[in-house]
Amino acid sequence: MTLPAPTLTETASALCLLFILMVPLAPAGIALINAGLGRSRNASHSLLSALCVVAVAALVYFAIGFAWQGYLGRPAHMLNIHGKSWSWIASEPFFLRGLEFNGSPASLAALLGMFSVGLAGMIPLGSGGDRWRLGAICASTAVLAGWTYPLFAHWAWGGGWLQQLGPNYGLGRGFLDSGGAASIQALGGLSALAITWILGPRRGKYTSEGMPTAIPGHNAVFVVFGCFLAWLGWIGLGSAGAMLFSGVESGSAVLVALNTTLAAAAAMLAAAGITRARFGKPDASLCANGWIAGLVASSAASAMIRPAASAAIGLVAGVLVVYSVEWLELHLTIDDPGGAISVHGLGGLWGLVAAGLFARIPGGNGAGQWLAQLAGVATLLGFVLPIAYLLNWLLNRVYPQRVAAEGERQGLDLYELGAGAYPDFMSHNEDLWQR
Amino acid sequence: MKLAGFFLLPAGWIIVLAAFVLLPPAPAQTGFALAGMAVEMLGLALVVRSHLAPRGAER
Repeated sequence: MTLPAPTLTETASALCLLFILMVPLAPAGIALINAGLGRSRNASHSLLSALCVVAVAALVYFAIGFAWQGYLGRPAHMLNIHGKSWSWIASEPFFLRGLEFNGSPASLAALLGMFSVGLAGMIPLGSGGDRWRLGAICASTAVLAGWTYPLFAHWAWGGGWLQQLGPNYGLGRGFLDSGGAASIQALGGLSALAITWILGPRRGKYTSEGMPTAIPGHNAVFVVFGCFLAWLGWIGLGSAGAMLFSGVESGSAVLVALNTTLAAAAAMLAAAGITRARFGKPDASLCANGWIAGLVASSAASAMIRPAASAAIGLVAGVLVVYSVEWLELHLTIDDPGGAISVHGLGGLWGLVAAGLFARIPGGNGAGQWLAQLAGVATLLGFVLPIAYLLNWLLNRVYPQRVAAEGERQGLDLYELGAGAYPDFMSHNEDLWQR
Repeated sequence: MKLAGFFLLPAGWIIVLAAFVLLPPAPAQTGFALAGMAVEMLGLALVVRSHLAPRGAER
């Protein structure tokens, strides 16, 4: 059984296109945040890497990604298990040849997918910052855009088996992920975890006793301005996703924008309150991480959640991210300069579980919806994380992903690009470098 | 340890899927799915542990 595509009026299509055109602000914001949280000697490299990620992701997605992601009501390969059909992978022609670019829901989904895969590919940049080679970033993005992302996006957005859990097994409306909490955020966050494990921590990050040393970001203005851009991008992403993948009316964009803002606000204030209580002053980078975590957590089902619940979801996300960043660094020796694993990985997983708890499904089965969300979380941890690790591990065997020690000491701007981002300033010191 | 962890992660996922396919929508299905998640958590713990940076060496 193939799930039907939603029908959009001409006005709704135009509105949806407008929302989709807001989405590139999200990767722009994340790129600024990643650059700001890294060292000054890697700033140019970080931003160029972000642009490369978007470019590689767009081309790979155009060539093969959408063919495997597909869309509701379009051809897909089915498996018959115990009398139920499970859609495993789409069977569209490569190079978007099966689409008519006339504002149809499928063409809008392809455009949204092209922007979304760039955002997903950018998330690991935050974790691999200051030590990930540009060529390896491009290769890793190609793997994500050509395989990991389209496959999961088909399951969650393209009428795949996760969406079919509703009609097939009576689990609410099936897996809810209208704004990409799973397909973009958690997938990107778990890929970031795999990358961080493969790259290892930055040189000088841990002392011989295993204690982490602080390597502060170099530009808080980038970081906070990135949050503003991301906010607009997320509103577009949540609104367009809700219309295309959950079939809600275009008027629900009001609720999406409200919920997205409330979740981000609550998360940021929670992070500010905790850091103020613990360290005496609010921490700008953790507050920014809290803001993004709120956006991430709200994106699972922002069109189906009451505003009060959205604020509560954001509050929990803000608390989680502050403690998670510290726990990963201190106890698990995971060096994640941008906090991407906590913000996008943990925030996304929390958002999915919260959608199961708080989403209002007309005539729906609450327990069943929660189980559908649990199936999505299990898929991310049990399939996406191992496959992301395996593919990047294989890539690392063929083409080492970590820059040479000299490149880390010199800075990736000079080592890989030949010029720094701030040539007039000597803005880094060598104290952090332990020979 | 790493291999065992990466084996347990998909094993837990398959248990969760099996719950939906094989069991009726009742407490058994929820219990089976939660058991699958527990297997995944065990796998994740093993993978995390295998990636802890060794102490005693300057990095």
